[in-house]
Amino acid sequence: MKALVWHGKQDIRYDTVPDPEIEEPRDAIIKVTSCAICGSDLHLFHNYIPAMKPGDIVGHEMMGEVVETGSAVNNLRKGERVVIPFTINCDECDQCRRGNYSLCERSNRNKPLADKVFGHTTAGLFGYTHLTGGYAGGQAEYLRVPFADATHIKVPDSMTDEQALFLGDIFPTGWQAAVQCDIQRTDTVAIWGAGPVGQMAIRSAILLGAKQVIVIDRLPERLSMGAAAGAIPINFEDESVVERLNELTDNKGPDKCIDCVGLEAHASGHIDSMMDRVKQATMMESDRPHVLREMIYVCRGGGVLSIPGVYGGLVDKIPFGMAMNKGLTFRMGQTHVRRWTGDLTRRIDEGQIDPSFVITHTADLKEGPGMYRVFEQKQDSCIKVVLKP
Amino acid sequence: MNPTSTLSTSRPDRSLTTTDRVARGLGWFSIGLGLVEIIAPGRLGRALGLEGRERLLQAYGGREIGAGVWALSDTPAPAIWARVGGDLLDLATLAVGLRDADSEQKRNAIIALAAVAGITVVDLLTAASLTAETSERKGETGRDYSDRSGFPQGAASARGAAEGITPVDFQVTATPERAVAALEPAE
Ligand SMILES: NC(=O)c1ccc[n+]([C@@H]2O[C@H](COP(=O)([O-])OP(=O)(O)OC[C@H]3O[C@@H](n4cnc5c(N)ncnc54)[C@H](O)[C@@H]3O)[C@@H](O)[C@H]2O)c1
Ligand SMILES: [Zn+2]
Ligand SMILES: [Zn+2]
Repeated sequence: MKALVWHGKQDIRYDTVPDPEIEEPRDAIIKVTSCAICGSDLHLFHNYIPAMKPGDIVGHEMMGEVVETGSAVNNLRKGERVVIPFTINCDECDQCRRGNYSLCERSNRNKPLADKVFGHTTAGLFGYTHLTGGYAGGQAEYLRVPFADATHIKVPDSMTDEQALFLGDIFPTGWQAAVQCDIQRTDTVAIWGAGPVGQMAIRSAILLGAKQVIVIDRLPERLSMGAAAGAIPINFEDESVVERLNELTDNKGPDKCIDCVGLEAHASGHIDSMMDRVKQATMMESDRPHVLREMIYVCRGGGVLSIPGVYGGLVDKIPFGMAMNKGLTFRMGQTHVRRWTGDLTRRIDEGQIDPSFVITHTADLKEGPGMYRVFEQKQDSCIKVVLKP
Repeated sequence: MNPTSTLSTSRPDRSLTTTDRVARGLGWFSIGLGLVEIIAPGRLGRALGLEGRERLLQAYGGREIGAGVWALSDTPAPAIWARVGGDLLDLATLAVGLRDADSEQKRNAIIALAAVAGITVVDLLTAASLTAETSERKGETGRDYSDRSGFPQGAASARGAAEGITPVDFQVTATPERAVAALEPAE
């Protein structure tokens, strides 16, 4: 089959690879009908996440039709349409039973390695590093789904691929980011990053009833999409983020702050972000935590920092004393996708929200590598790319 | 909207362009040359008629390594432009050395001048093409997406539609109501 394959930094190719096969009784094979490029894929593209190997098939936002099931899979029929969550979960371990699907204790087949590097393993993820199992990804014609009887979301026939696809990652990611803020009617929620995850977090914060939602980025098209839902835009290249946030909150600071940027925060001319760039290039630090620092500084005392943005390793100069003294709560993690998708599927079905608003580009899978560059460089006002195998 | 027309690669099925590969080659070359300048400035100086300028050669070595490491990052264009500047500096320095060189050194310096001139052309072409290919957004002004609320029934009716659903394990805000409840004596 054809698939997008990681060969090294900024080197992804449309290659021919062996077809996936059923390996375990709980496996299924799906024929991918739509997949997308995620901001997390860019971190892999830039080789900031350790333990990728040349030859790895990438992609973790995908959906399709069941073509084959293992002997232990009784709840999927051939031809059924499913979205596959990017976090693989067994549904049986202690973490899964608590709803902590992204911490499933059984789905990471490289558990010994992960135990060493993270202290304790996290769940297996599709199309990601070998630290999370090194499972082949879904930017491909076919995908093997381990623990398929638990790792799937059924899609109503009435829903298009475009409406359903993001149930596998960015919609529940933006949703969990907002839910873990425990939003109150009186809250101002500030969201850094108006990429696809930020866009979903904005909509989620509005649905969850925030008084005021503010979005911070530098790309006018992304800010315009945020404003379309009712968020107040701040362009960090034109204005001071801290000053504007204090102005908009009677000098109290936002109650809840969400980092939808992650480890590749843009060097915005601040000394700290320039130092981070130098350190990252010379491998003295793996991540650029400018957004984290800004959130800790500006957040109201007792507030919540919600961090869906991905970090890979070590960060430098985090004002932890400030965070401690202000009594901030940090909530973070890869998304427990299936914990939220029942509710979210219903909300899409009822017309409360339609996540397809975020798609700006659709292309053939063959053009995927070029689309990585378009998305990376934000060319042609690109926000979200959907690929068709 | 035709995304294929804006692809930054000449082959849409590969993300790395020939220019990217050349830029990485220049990066490694820079690091190699920089190491030589730092480790053996004396021999280099004698060969090129730059005796007594060892410190300068070592500084140039530092510059080469800096540009090299940067050229291997995910944003190589500025590094290659920096190399173009460095090349001009090298040419000027070699030309100065030519003034008071003996005949052997003159020959070496002329060979070096020719080599640096050649590299300068490669650097210039690579830098220009990197900038043209991968400069963010190619000078576009962002499109206006203000018609994409994502709320089919309107943004106003979406506000608060999912209010109060925070699961218990996600309730982390101190509110006056919660505080009162917590302070009430148990029955
Ligand atoms: N936790 C999860 O399970 C999960 C799931 C999906 C994605 N993610 C992560 O979420 C993050 C965002 O993903 P995305 O798809 O939206 O990516 P994206 O790259 O499209 O968006 C990032 C946005 O942040 C903006 N930005 C950069 N520096 C900034 C700064 N200093 N201040 C404010 N904004 C800044 C960029 O301009 C860009 O618009 C990534 O780190 C991704 O890995 C996490
Ligand atoms: Zn993702
Ligand atoms: Zn589990």
